[in-house]
Amino acid sequence: MDFPMFHLDWLNDRFLIALIAILHVCINHGLAVGFIPYITRLEQQGVMNSSANEITNKEWDAMVYKMMKVGFIITTTLGAMTGVGIWLSVSVVSPSSIASLIRVFYWAWFTEWLVFVTEVVLILIYFLTWKNSNKSLKAKLRHIKFGWFLSIFSWITMAIIVSILGFMMDPGNWKTHHSLINGFTNPIYIPQLLFRTPTAMLVGGIFGYLLTTIFTKKNTELRARAVKQSSIWMLIWAPLSLAGAIFYYRAMPQAMKDNMSTAVGTLQFAQYYDLLKWIIVGAISTVVIIALAGLWKPKKIRFAMVIIPCLMAFGFLGIFERVREFIRKPYVIGGYMYSNLLREEDYPLYKRDGVLKYATYTTTPEVTETNKVEAGRNVFILTCSRCHTTQGINSIVTVFEKMYGKDKPFDEGSIAVFTKNMHNGRTFMPEFPGNKKELEALAAYIKHLQQTGDVIEGAQNEGVTVNPNQSVEAVVKLIDKQEKAKTDSLAKVQTALNK
Amino acid sequence: MFQLLQINTPVPRDIPLDLPLPEWLLITLLVVSFLMHIIFVNLMIGGTVLTLWCQIKGLKDKDYHNLAHEISRTITVNKSLAVVLGVAPLLSISTLYATYFYTATSLTGGMWIAIIPLVTVAFLLTYLNKYTWHVLDKNKPLSIAIIATATALFLFIPLIFLVNVNLMLFPEKWGTVKGFFSALLLPNVFPRYLHFICASMAVTGLFIFWYMGRKNYPFEQYFEKLTRYDVKKKAYSLTLAASVAQFIIGPLVMLTLPTKGFDTRLILVILCGAAIALPAMWWIWKAITGKPENIDKHFGKVVIALSITVVFMGSGRHVYRSNALRPHQKLVAANTAEFERLSKEARENPPTEQAELQIDSTLGAVAKGAAIFQMNCSSCHKEKEKLVGPPITEMVSIYANDKDGLKQWIKAPGKKRPDYPQMPTLSQLTDDDREELANYILSIKK
Ligand code: HEC
Repeated sequence: MDFPMFHLDWLNDRFLIALIAILHVCINHGLAVGFIPYITRLEQQGVMNSSANEITNKEWDAMVYKMMKVGFIITTTLGAMTGVGIWLSVSVVSPSSIASLIRVFYWAWFTEWLVFVTEVVLILIYFLTWKNSNKSLKAKLRHIKFGWFLSIFSWITMAIIVSILGFMMDPGNWKTHHSLINGFTNPIYIPQLLFRTPTAMLVGGIFGYLLTTIFTKKNTELRARAVKQSSIWMLIWAPLSLAGAIFYYRAMPQAMKDNMSTAVGTLQFAQYYDLLKWIIVGAISTVVIIALAGLWKPKKIRFAMVIIPCLMAFGFLGIFERVREFIRKPYVIGGYMYSNLLREEDYPLYKRDGVLKYATYTTTPEVTETNKVEAGRNVFILTCSRCHTTQGINSIVTVFEKMYGKDKPFDEGSIAVFTKNMHNGRTFMPEFPGNKKELEALAAYIKHLQQTGDVIEGAQNEGVTVNPNQSVEAVVKLIDKQEKAKTDSLAKVQTALNK
Repeated sequence: MFQLLQINTPVPRDIPLDLPLPEWLLITLLVVSFLMHIIFVNLMIGGTVLTLWCQIKGLKDKDYHNLAHEISRTITVNKSLAVVLGVAPLLSISTLYATYFYTATSLTGGMWIAIIPLVTVAFLLTYLNKYTWHVLDKNKPLSIAIIATATALFLFIPLIFLVNVNLMLFPEKWGTVKGFFSALLLPNVFPRYLHFICASMAVTGLFIFWYMGRKNYPFEQYFEKLTRYDVKKKAYSLTLAASVAQFIIGPLVMLTLPTKGFDTRLILVILCGAAIALPAMWWIWKAITGKPENIDKHFGKVVIALSITVVFMGSGRHVYRSNALRPHQKLVAANTAEFERLSKEARENPPTEQAELQIDSTLGAVAKGAAIFQMNCSSCHKEKEKLVGPPITEMVSIYANDKDGLKQWIKAPGKKRPDYPQMPTLSQLTDDDREELANYILSIKK
């Protein structure tokens, strides 16, 4: 509404955010939160299993160092950049929501940032002083201590982020008290943390397991020992991860009932929810199988056997993120702002006057007989384009064709009636905000899309056209009018007093 | 012309929530955290450029090859700190200038998102260069190609940020910009860019001077012919040359900046900053032309003086921004207040037409049911043909003698037919609504 509408018409804007966020979570959980304690434990075992006259088992320590190097390189490049990237992408796809959240959560984010800076400094120290610390036992033990510090900090970073995410899902409390504590008291905060912690450990473990098959030679004692250690680590965390998943899985719909004013159980959510069950069971059991195989015949383990369970474990993490993202719909900020970036409290105004009138950028401030399709396009950009594309992922044409039949020409009337009521049946979508004329224009545009295969390039390519109602000229007039009204009423009071 | 400009300048509304902190505090945080961030960005970029240069010289001279390796090792730390320190200024600018900053990033969104892969690749290349150093000893051109690509990326990426912090200052241009490259062509983007690159080289020179001059840095272990004095002198010369260049580029930046943000305060801040750099440059000159054993003599003073210059320039940057945007911010505030008023008014007198059922009284007893059907069901069900779900006539044939069954289905629909999508729960309906609906549905004749 107030910002130029960035739009990716093939990929879908939400998909862009989801892609970056899922990648980040996989790296953060799998290669930082879960991986660092796993590595530190291995480093410690090197010292414990060394002979009396050496500081650590050299061969073992070199292997652990190489594994850490992979973790270090990925977390400080892709990991760091996807973390910043979530923000960069949300700020173009959903600027009003992130700008609002920042106003309220400045301190939370600032604190998070301080923890994050500490984490980066610790990881730099931990990795870059590794080799130097091998010179004396005292230095090595201090280095291992750093590893544990770093593990704790990574975990704290995650715990704070989960709270912010939890807050964003919790509509009830935002309006009454805008404060961070709500994030921690969110009904799914604890279940989420209890799920994420062991799952991160498990994913960190399987990733390490995979690396041991790369950094050790086949049929060696070294590989056998490394595989065994990874297997033990995974077998410790797997049942906890499963228990956490069940706890979270149970808490989720309950939280949705508590949180959402509208009904649960849309067909969409039901599908993901069902899929989730199978993915949990599938991922955890393959991970357990490969761990057991590692204990049973550690020398026989090959890269090819581990890669599938490893991918499944990461996939499992990814799908959870996807579901979390879904729960929030139709709001971006529960009870306050919808995913179309319009505030709930402004809806009466939009319904009365239309959305176009108040849009900062539109080529059509008003729907007329001659500009119907073009106006419909603007309405589409303002009200549907955060979640739908014209012809790409979740295309508006496809979703209507799924209902009304492929290849059948759309009926504008049906589209209008559906759109007007869509929030009732499909609670993951916000209510259509505009007035009747805009609704009809939108329907005309959707029919036009079906007929022509037209696309939208987004403000980042086509630029914007300023709405004359929202230009400097209009606002200057407005201020003049207000000034005049003020002086007029003052003059009235004056004359009344004089009499 | 003037008229045209006015019409084409948008006045978006602000986020109608209070600032989390007093404005002056946020501004202080913004300026300070930005400077911390930019120093490490300077070191990252300057370090990469120098690595490339030394590596090329290293083809002939072994010592330069080693120097390149030593400099490249510092990039790992500096680049990680550059990224993580960038979060705080991003947070602060998003709080203070959401309307302006996010508009700019949306208008150049494609390139803004491209920051993620570009920086990731640049970082990976610097690691690749560092960790394949000994492997590629036999294949130096490849090694140089890697660092050259990283350098090119590092030199390009700042332009993306610059284009945005520049575009955000000029709402009058927002309606004319079509994507990143057109925003790149606004005047003063390139002078500012040169200013920044020169600053990077100056800061990196000072850094190398300190880093390789430290007592516990095992200099002799890495170099055969080069001495500490050589490296220090070269580093200092770099700083001096870059600083002299700033005295040409700086005025160019001022000349190309649109006048709307200028006032005496700004000029004063900038002149003070420049003045303080002069003694520093003098000390550097004396150090590189003096006796080798005296080269360290004024280092502390140089660093302090140039740091003060940096603080002045950083503040000047903010003064310009705040001057340039103030008149527009007033309009934004007025427009936001007006919108809030209108919204409140509409909220208090909600439009009635939409909420009410359109009752067609000719339908008699089932009129209300028909209206409810029209509002809630008709997008998927027609009277006689299949639309999304089965037609009414089919419902009648199933539930003709089972009104309770029909009501139950509406209350908790399931999935019966494999070739139809599942019907959603219509939670907005009351028991009464369902009674009316069932009456209407069952009143339809085949
Ligand atoms: C919050 C994001 C969001 C917004 C905003 C949104 N939609 Fe949707 N819509 C969805 C999702 C998600 C689906 C489910 C797609 C699928 O089948 O996977 C969907 C499905 C649909 C469907 C198919 C429904 C069905 O049951 O098969 C239609 C039709 C539709 N949307 C129209 C619209 C129109 C018109 C607008 C703009 C007025 C709009 N949507 C705005 C998210 C959104």
